[in-house]
Amino acid sequence: MYVAVKGGERAILNSYALVDQARRGDPSVPELSLDQIRQQLRLSVDRVMCEGSIYDPELAALAIKQAAGDLVEAIFLLRAYRATLPRLGYSLPLDTADMQLFRRVSATFKDLPGGQVLGPTYDYTQRLLDFSLAASGAVAEIDASDAAPEVGPVPRVVDLLNHEGLIETHEPGAGDPDPRDLTREPIAYPADRATWMQNLARGDEGFLLAMGYSTQRGYANSHPFAGEIRYGMAELVIEPEELGFAVSIGDIEVTECQMVNQFGGSKSQPPQFTRGYGLAFGASERKAMAMALVDRALRADELGEAVEAPAQMQEFVLSHSDNLEASGFVQHLKLPHYVDFQSELELVRRMRTSGAPAADASEPAGEAA
Amino acid sequence: MTEDTSPILRVEGVVKYYGARAAVSGVSFELWPGEVLAVVGESGSGKSTLLNSVAARVRPDAGRVSFLTRHEGMVDVHAMSEAQRRLLARTDWGYVHQDAVQGLRMNVSAGANVGERLMALGERHYGRIRSEAASWLERVEMDVARIDDTPATFSGGMRQRLQIARNLVTRPRLVFMDEPTSGLDVSVQAKLLDLLRSLTRGLSLAAIVVTHDLAVARLLAHRMIVMKEGRMVETGLTDQVLDDPQHPYTQLLVSSVLQP
Amino acid sequence: MKIDDFSPAVARDGNFNFAYLDERTKRMIRRAILKAVAVPGYQVPFGSREMPLPYGWGTGGIQVTASIIGPEDVLKVIDQGADDTVNAVNIRRFFQRTTGVEVTTHTTAATIIQTRHRIPETPLAAGQILVYQVPMPEPLQKLEPREAETRSLHGLAEYGLMHVKLYEDIVRFGHVATTYDYPVMVDGRYLMAPSPIPKFDNPKMSMNAALQLFGAGREKRIYAVPPWTRVESLAFEDHPFEIQRWSEPCALCGDTASFLDEVITDDVGGRMFVCSDTDHCLAHRPAHD
Repeated sequence: MYVAVKGGERAILNSYALVDQARRGDPSVPELSLDQIRQQLRLSVDRVMCEGSIYDPELAALAIKQAAGDLVEAIFLLRAYRATLPRLGYSLPLDTADMQLFRRVSATFKDLPGGQVLGPTYDYTQRLLDFSLAASGAVAEIDASDAAPEVGPVPRVVDLLNHEGLIETHEPGAGDPDPRDLTREPIAYPADRATWMQNLARGDEGFLLAMGYSTQRGYANSHPFAGEIRYGMAELVIEPEELGFAVSIGDIEVTECQMVNQFGGSKSQPPQFTRGYGLAFGASERKAMAMALVDRALRADELGEAVEAPAQMQEFVLSHSDNLEASGFVQHLKLPHYVDFQSELELVRRMRTSGAPAADASEPAGEAA
Repeated sequence: MTEDTSPILRVEGVVKYYGARAAVSGVSFELWPGEVLAVVGESGSGKSTLLNSVAARVRPDAGRVSFLTRHEGMVDVHAMSEAQRRLLARTDWGYVHQDAVQGLRMNVSAGANVGERLMALGERHYGRIRSEAASWLERVEMDVARIDDTPATFSGGMRQRLQIARNLVTRPRLVFMDEPTSGLDVSVQAKLLDLLRSLTRGLSLAAIVVTHDLAVARLLAHRMIVMKEGRMVETGLTDQVLDDPQHPYTQLLVSSVLQP
Repeated sequence: MKIDDFSPAVARDGNFNFAYLDERTKRMIRRAILKAVAVPGYQVPFGSREMPLPYGWGTGGIQVTASIIGPEDVLKVIDQGADDTVNAVNIRRFFQRTTGVEVTTHTTAATIIQTRHRIPETPLAAGQILVYQVPMPEPLQKLEPREAETRSLHGLAEYGLMHVKLYEDIVRFGHVATTYDYPVMVDGRYLMAPSPIPKFDNPKMSMNAALQLFGAGREKRIYAVPPWTRVESLAFEDHPFEIQRWSEPCALCGDTASFLDEVITDDVGGRMFVCSDTDHCLAHRPAHD
């Protein structure tokens, strides 16, 4: 009568087949192509590349297809693939002042050199379901007279403020160490800013959004202004040692956000504006903005501000931002815990028979793991 | 005995800056075994910064703080390794916070709060830890029946007593107290002061008590230091300073306390 | 029970490097392991990689196994003491697919045993390696969540806090109410989380002939208990450490000394107790052929 839990091979293999079928859905409906995903689900592709930490729209599209549109699962697939790739070299820092811009807005100045460029944004669409898309959407045309010439390099807003010395600068000093590569070395606390930026860049958009949002609601208010948001193409440059000069290896789409924050000055600095910085692959404005808010909040300690709110607590933010770590550990609760649970059963029975008082509040043992 | 011929604590020229402002500038004093010293002044006078510099909770920008250790004579506490300093802080020193919440573990029992230092020093006998904790609860005039209750269920005065017991269980020779009675009702304050006085006398504890309340200084301290803008403006025997203040600032402090 | 009964042969997939990880990564992990062996119980940070299995599902143990396994090794994988639970099967399949090594259910036949939540009942021998999957490597984490602080507590061997927790248990329950992942002192120096094995297994860790390696992938830590190292479960002199005992023997093999799982047999309270270690149980059944 005793039947051991034989999950075994068969069940696992069958689960593969079921996943395949569920992903494909009704076979009478044409199958999605990677091109379709790249072209028509481009914002999903951007998010998966960003949190998957690899700029490859083709692979991201494949991951999205394989994950049936579950973006966290797609990020997982991409990261596991990425882990096996060799490191061929490191690029020079991106020069975002030199970007070809699709979009560039500033909330701090009405007009500024380079102008405000709205670009492809959902911001001022009225969020009404467009039933014409349910059939086949005709694509709107832009009046030829409005078609702006491609926007070339325009100065960054923070650089403009910088002329007056009103905003802090972060010129890397001589001997500025190479940033540590978080995908190769574990984080160590306290982490420096270069390290936490990497963490945030890979961090879950939803988590960063909630953390950033919390800073606007009184948990570490930093009085942010969206100094500038720019989205466009940035040139990727490497300088191989054997060459001795820089070579462009292509362009990547990025969104950059510079938050400008009020700061009353401290023991060592006069009152000036401070900055929070966000950068994400593709058109990922929500992510870049949230990242900039969290980046600024994490600087509390450096700027002599009281560390009181969750978004300012480095270990809290950085240890919980990664959706792979979070998703894996939350979902590992599905794994068998017979042994732990048996131990707890035995304990509860023993406590009941010995008549010891029951636990009133906090947990007696750790949680299952 | 060396303890009679040497101060237990020597503070020389301690300076602590916050930005361009010197929170403490050039304070020196000595403390002798069994002596209670009050540091008084208004808020912002630098008295808490001084306390924290002396107790090695913040590192001063200049100056030296030496403590008479049991085995190695006078040792510069800021030159100690962190391990030595932490050991000192949980054996020969005590620190009583103004807010007991900062000095207690609020979610563990009173007994464990008192027993923690013993356990940290390697005591591994539950029964002994418990009876030691009980005897200390008695000494701070707490109901021993509350030994298994958490401080969350205690009144402010009881929490402060518990914090004192938690500090004294290792028989420290020097205790730092930061406004130990403020925030309590007047009647509770009076009882707590009585207790502190009898404990410091009974155990010949050396203590530094930071307070804005001259009555506290009068009741507890042998000697006192008056701080203003980071400087020590007057020092002397407590009764002498309070009854015949020399510095205009001290005169002002004393007179303001006399007003109803 | 033969392994083929529930796990048919899996072909080696030549698309992947032996044991999945590239050789440089394996070397990096082996360096961390060597350091861990040199400082028993100390958590060595390492550059944990994203594995094709989820965090929390054994990625630390998998990386440790992947970096020490060779073609001649014989691998056993258990979860909850059993070779045939889904997670054990999945991890074994992963190694079959990426290494092609021989696999076994027999504790004595294995050179490497990767485990989640149990130590086999059969005593291990010199030369064997037990690899634990660890979800939470920091024993102090529930008492002090800040890593910067726990690191200095370890550095200074300040473990009074852990005893405060045990003291509180005795106050409330009359005994220490931790039943698994019961903290241990390794070689009298480092406080260590034994991973969520039942405390029943704790005594097996001490003076074990085998090398015990612990991998925490998500938390990016590796630690070790070298062979013949003293491992003590924390306790008070007057409240000594005790392990679980059952009032009945295993319903299948009759063993009275092994860790038993409770199996619910009907919906009216019927239940039986059977060995959690399936290999041990099968070897002890009277009618075993």
